[in-house]
Amino acid sequence: MRWESWSQFWDMGGYGLYVWGSMGVTALFVLLEIWQARIAHQNALALAATEQQDKP
Amino acid sequence: MTIRWFYYAAPPNFYALAGRLWPWLAALAGILALAGLWIGFGLAPADAQQGEGYRIIFVHVPVSWMSMIIYLAMAFWSILGLTFNTRLSGMMTRALAPTGAMFAFLSLWTGALWGKPMWGAWWVWDARLTSELILFFLYLGYMALTSAIDDVRRADRAGALIAIVGAINVPIIYFSVKWWNTLHQGASVSLTRSPSMAQIMLWGMLLMALAFWAYTLAIVCYRVRSLIIERERHADWVQALPEVAGVKS
Repeated sequence: MRWESWSQFWDMGGYGLYVWGSMGVTALFVLLEIWQARIAHQNALALAATEQQDKP
Repeated sequence: MTIRWFYYAAPPNFYALAGRLWPWLAALAGILALAGLWIGFGLAPADAQQGEGYRIIFVHVPVSWMSMIIYLAMAFWSILGLTFNTRLSGMMTRALAPTGAMFAFLSLWTGALWGKPMWGAWWVWDARLTSELILFFLYLGYMALTSAIDDVRRADRAGALIAIVGAINVPIIYFSVKWWNTLHQGASVSLTRSPSMAQIMLWGMLLMALAFWAYTLAIVCYRVRSLIIERERHADWVQALPEVAGVKS
């Protein structure tokens, strides 16, 4: 491990804002996409289920 | 071994296949990302010129590659769809688009956060950046057009045209740093010569790229199943699915 402390790790040699701004937003978008895909899947299942009830 | 391609072009068969594949792909993506981040942030040394700031590369290059590859994949499925008139092709194209748009946006976002400390500007109208911005707009255009047309098969055909015609932009992005005099640096990794970066940095970047590959395959397998259920909901095989019956009860 090449970091001596956590504060050094978060500071990233003064580039902390840029490095963690890149990593953080990427992680956030990936999590939001997964969350959105789960909701879309549940909606699709619910839509298919109501279809069945319409049938005589 | 022969793969029965047309067998898996049938939505019920592909639904089952994608359902088996996505959890493994998601797990693989997680493992690869952990390994890539460990190498990128734990083992790789600081860069001689850019210090610790260069570490943006471990996300910027993979998301940029994926933004281009996904658009080519959309064009590929669109050509198949227009040629064979298979229903699955349009659904695959639609399942790819949101992830591609996300990666194009992240490419621009991480690029801006890299450009500011190194070039002194969040944005410049240079060939590489501008062509990537056009790629982002092409994704948005594809999604807006396909969602604006109610008849899904017609929407798929209209969208296929955007995907195929827009694909010309991908080689323009890729070669922009050679064809024009740009602020953006040239490729660090290419097929024709040895990479211009340290081994350990390269490994971190390649592992992150593989992680995003696996993630993309996983989320597309997951999302295409929702699209299949939505479009085939009248079919008996969908109604017979235990997960559909489970929601109903």
